Amino acid sequence: MRVVVVKVFLAFLLVLGVSGPVLAGQTALAQTPTAASASPQADRLATLEKQTADNATAIAAAQTSGDNAWMLVSSALVLMMSGPGLALFYGGLVRKKNVLGTMMQTFAMMALVTVLWAVVSYSLAFGQGNAFIGGFHNAFLHGVGLTPDPAYAATIPLQTFMVYQLMFAIITPALITGAFAERMKFSSMLVFMTLWSLFIYSPMAHMVWGKGGLLNAAQNGKIPCLDFAGGTVVHVTSGVSALVTAIFLGKRLGFPKEPMPPHSVVLSFIGACLLWVGWFGFNAGSALSAGTLATSAFVATHFGAAAAAIGWIAAEWIRQGKASALGAISGAVAGLVAITPAAGFVTPISALWIGLMAGVFCYLMVVKVKSWFGYDDSLDAFGVHGAGGTLGAILTGIFANSTINPIFGAGKATGLLEGNWHQLLNQIGGVAIAWTISIVGTLIILFVVDKTMGLRVSEDEERDGLDLSQHGEEGYDWAH
Amino acid sequence: MQKIEAVIQPSKLDAVKDALVEIGVDGMTILEARGHGRQKGHTEVYRGREYSVDLLPKVKLEVVVTDEMVDGAVNAIISAARTGTIGDGKIFISKIDEAIRIRNDERGEIAL
Repeated sequence: MRVVVVKVFLAFLLVLGVSGPVLAGQTALAQTPTAASASPQADRLATLEKQTADNATAIAAAQTSGDNAWMLVSSALVLMMSGPGLALFYGGLVRKKNVLGTMMQTFAMMALVTVLWAVVSYSLAFGQGNAFIGGFHNAFLHGVGLTPDPAYAATIPLQTFMVYQLMFAIITPALITGAFAERMKFSSMLVFMTLWSLFIYSPMAHMVWGKGGLLNAAQNGKIPCLDFAGGTVVHVTSGVSALVTAIFLGKRLGFPKEPMPPHSVVLSFIGACLLWVGWFGFNAGSALSAGTLATSAFVATHFGAAAAAIGWIAAEWIRQGKASALGAISGAVAGLVAITPAAGFVTPISALWIGLMAGVFCYLMVVKVKSWFGYDDSLDAFGVHGAGGTLGAILTGIFANSTINPIFGAGKATGLLEGNWHQLLNQIGGVAIAWTISIVGTLIILFVVDKTMGLRVSEDEERDGLDLSQHGEEGYDWAH
Repeated sequence: MQKIEAVIQPSKLDAVKDALVEIGVDGMTILEARGHGRQKGHTEVYRGREYSVDLLPKVKLEVVVTDEMVDGAVNAIISAARTGTIGDGKIFISKIDEAIRIRNDERGEIAL
């Protein structure tokens, strides 16, 4: 369609270009009959060439405007997923003495990771480097200007790409906070997250999306792992690190004997709805343009979330006799997680299947598996993000379709259902690497921080709540 | 003077208040409360974890009235607050020795 419009537009310009000089020539002829051009055809050709060139520039500028508009909106949407989305989602799930402390953990990522990103972590993730991590060429955003970098996105300023990727780097560590909710020192959390961003997020992002990355499917990585918007980079890393952190820190005081119900499912509800909307920026924005691929990813995202909400509620209804609001929103988030690597590779109907499976699977992880093992993943960061991300990454290898995204070349089979068995192995390889780096890296970081400054608040502080003990304030002041 | 303390269903507060005002009760104090009597609580389930909630939200209403008004006030509360099901609440009555209006130091029934 766009090609046809452009052709018509070009033809129109051609007519204008030809008729203009001819008319002008006639006028000139009438005025000065002896001053005819030495070579009128050469002039005309030059004019045409110039107009064609101008036209091409105008088309490129128009595409940049369109793509950049969507990418800036997407960047803002992804930031909205952290604050207020995730902050509300997690904030509602804790007891009321911890609401501010929990929200503050996510908000702190918005500030901390942004500064880190500018200083060094963008460079480590997306700078030129080896197969595992980028180098320091782009430290302090050196060389990250307004000119596009075709290796990442040819039609948007590199700074747009940089700030868009930053929003992912913010929400990923923020997701982990759900696992150690209500018991970690604020100071230790800042140090932990700084190290985690540098040594786990940046390498993983580099491997999957960076230039020359080991798993980069778009740039001929050794193990091409399909991850459209961060199933491995964001959800597997954060979810698995969350599990490790929950186990390393131990349970909350009184868990599981004392009741610790969510203090406001209403807050969580608003947060989850914001997450759903923001996720369109997360997934459809990962097309890095405003074209048809963005539409595919947008549609798959929405369908995945809806089907997963139904899957979770159905499982809950069958097992417990009631469909809860918390179940519905948890299911939607699980579906959004699972569709994240697959969006932009799968059809809307495949998205429904992925979502449905994710809803039921994550429900069982959260309700059954957690209680079997008895770990205190307080807000189910692993049960939803780790489990959903792993499932989604593997299902992407099954459902990926070359008609949606011919990433390996036109007509070449992409996923298992198209006959590319090998892709399933690549997906499992990508997931295995993400699990490994998350377990080993997180354990080392936790050990170092625990030995140097201690990870947990004291028992008294934990009883008082993080709001008072860490921040000196309270979320709800009933006295005034 | 006697004090009537009535623990009632929160949804019945407006009806009880109107009934008391109608028979001439001038002042009252309302407290949001939690509690239970013979009524058992309920179970809440969040992500598969069950929590039994046995302290339910109630409203506690306190009025101090003259001895003559006690029966009328009690009847008004009962008729307005009764649904006939478990959980309707209870009424407690006790003697009051003195009432003092802070503004002008009035004492006794005139201070009510």
